Amino acid sequence: MNLKLQKIVPQLITVLAVVLVFGFFSYNAQVNMENRGIDFGYGFLSQESSFDVQFSLIEYDGSHSYFRAYLVGLLNTILVSVIGIIIATILGIIVGVARLSPNYLINKFAAFYVEFFRNIPLLLQIFFWYFAALRALPLPQDADAMFGVFFLTIKGLYVPAFVWENFNVFFYSTVAAIIAIVVIRVHAKKVQETQGKQLPVLWISLGLILIFPLLSFLIGGVNLSFEIPKLKQLAVTSYRYEGGLNLPPELIALTLSLALYTATFIAECVRAGIQGVGKGQKEAAASIGLNPNQVLKLVVMPQALRIIIPPTTNQYLNLTKNSSLAAAIAYPDLVLVFAGTALMQTGKAIEIVSITMLTYLSLSISISILMNWYNKKIAIKEK
Amino acid sequence: MFKYLKQLTSLVAMVAVLFTFTTETMAAKKSKTLKNTQKKGFVRCGVSQGLPGFSNADAAGNWTGIDVDVCRAVAAAVLGDANKVKFTPLSAKERFTALTSGEIDILSRNTTWTLSRDADIGLTFVGVNFYDGQGFMVRKSSGITSTSQFKNGISACTNIGTTTELNMRDFFNSKGISYEPVAFEKADEVVAAYDAGRCDTYTTDKSGLAAQRTKMSNPDDHIVLPETVSKEPLGPVVRQGDSVWEDIVRWSLNAMIEAEEYGITSANADSMKTSDNPAVKRLVGAEGELGAAFGLDNEWSLRIIKQVGNYGESYKRNIADTGILPDRGPNELWTKGGILYVPPAR
Repeated sequence: MNLKLQKIVPQLITVLAVVLVFGFFSYNAQVNMENRGIDFGYGFLSQESSFDVQFSLIEYDGSHSYFRAYLVGLLNTILVSVIGIIIATILGIIVGVARLSPNYLINKFAAFYVEFFRNIPLLLQIFFWYFAALRALPLPQDADAMFGVFFLTIKGLYVPAFVWENFNVFFYSTVAAIIAIVVIRVHAKKVQETQGKQLPVLWISLGLILIFPLLSFLIGGVNLSFEIPKLKQLAVTSYRYEGGLNLPPELIALTLSLALYTATFIAECVRAGIQGVGKGQKEAAASIGLNPNQVLKLVVMPQALRIIIPPTTNQYLNLTKNSSLAAAIAYPDLVLVFAGTALMQTGKAIEIVSITMLTYLSLSISISILMNWYNKKIAIKEK
Repeated sequence: MFKYLKQLTSLVAMVAVLFTFTTETMAAKKSKTLKNTQKKGFVRCGVSQGLPGFSNADAAGNWTGIDVDVCRAVAAAVLGDANKVKFTPLSAKERFTALTSGEIDILSRNTTWTLSRDADIGLTFVGVNFYDGQGFMVRKSSGITSTSQFKNGISACTNIGTTTELNMRDFFNSKGISYEPVAFEKADEVVAAYDAGRCDTYTTDKSGLAAQRTKMSNPDDHIVLPETVSKEPLGPVVRQGDSVWEDIVRWSLNAMIEAEEYGITSANADSMKTSDNPAVKRLVGAEGELGAAFGLDNEWSLRIIKQVGNYGESYKRNIADTGILPDRGPNELWTKGGILYVPPAR
């Protein structure tokens, strides 16, 4: 009993202290805001925002609410984070493996890349890609078409847009193909476990994912055409492209700099992971007759991933948080749209900053949970 | 007996109320901000991060500009020395929080006076030191000479945290033109992006456009279009709740404008003490007890005029002579065809 009390009392005091500190700060803020005639409340979220945003994934203009503006910013943050994470991961794995390459040139080139990009402050890299690279890009009227349909200009990358007919048929056929692949994989595993036979799962999968959508085109009435950007004159020397899809230079510069920067850290995680697998493991795998591909896939990678995943999770979190530097180059992310313009127009500093902090916290925690789940899945299962 | 007691209590209560009321006003006389400022020995003033003509620091860290002069005037009035100002450069986003949280006591940072800012967020605008309006800048080579030539799909660079974003939307919506807003956090990046050709037009207050044009790689390649699409009365702001401080800042600005009206300059201020005009004599502290109303001595306005100069001197020094806006336009005295008109100091 006494021992139990000894354990509980310090914890209670800690909790009490935390509550008191938070209570003091919120009380203090409340009193000061009251003294200065500042209202506190989240009612502004439903008011009309009356400002426009350059780039949005959902339908939005100034007649929508502040909450909608918040969603626009949030989705833009998620967009740049997801694309950034995908590119950084692919690039990171390639560079990480390249650093272990016996080829001197590849090896040194990868090492140079890592040392160069991770030792320059990220904000500087963002400015470089935006301002230096931007100035080097041609004006819309001077741009040469790449493959006849892509136009990289100072106003962004214009790409053809897909124009679908009966898109839902195509969508369902793709879903059906994916389900079929999953079923075949499960079956193939069973066959291997019971009969020791290996089915060519990869080829079957590739075939399915091609044939199903193809059938939807041939008999499902699906049709796909492209809308190619066309040059339009705004004034004597001022042009832009119309039609198609425009990726603004802000998005490209931000994604590029985030991916190039974070990939260096991921490359180091990958290298550490692969080097962390004992040499004996590879030799043992080779001695039971696995080919080099199988050694990598079945023996080295599963063990390396255990080392790679936890630090890589940190890099994913960093990339997401670093995306808030977007405000410097006008990419309309959560910080620029919500903690910037919306904060200024409403003056609700405490409310908006608290929402923004909570949002980043939730984003980071979601990524953590996802990665922890994956980590647990690939961890050694001791029986 | 009880009846009398009741009357007696109400009497006591009334006296008590009256007493607290009088002590309240006595306390209010000595403003908290004024007291703090006098104790510190400098005025805490929030300015821009660099807008030529309004508030801009040179290489040695000396601030100049008409917004800066408002703070200097207050310092001259309150502390007797126009140089006793501590300037805090603020972004558009930070400025109001810095003021309401008490980090600065005057915000003199080309800030537009609007209803929502005045009423909502604990601020009080004390006057207008520059009548501005939003305009557009384009490249000369584009051949655009009027906003009526704007076409669908035009991209417009601007910075966030200002009324500009709202005016821009109102303007393009009323014309039925679709546009691409490219909004940066800092003015320098806006200029760099527009200069690089990212945007077809750059929009902000016309004074700002004129000032930023000087920062372009080739200023002569750009023109500011004649149309003004919004009202932007810029002026100093103080925290709500200190009416004495509010009055001091308001009348420091008014004194500069009225001094110009009566022809009192930094050079002739002392000799004006013997003027025949009582209004002039009041402004230079030779007549009346104007300073006592906000707990200052009688020469507060004389010090402003002598150390900072009148409004016209400040405008000429900071905006006209620097080539930003040689023409005073609406910022001319009402007696000379402008709209500068301040209540009389009496």
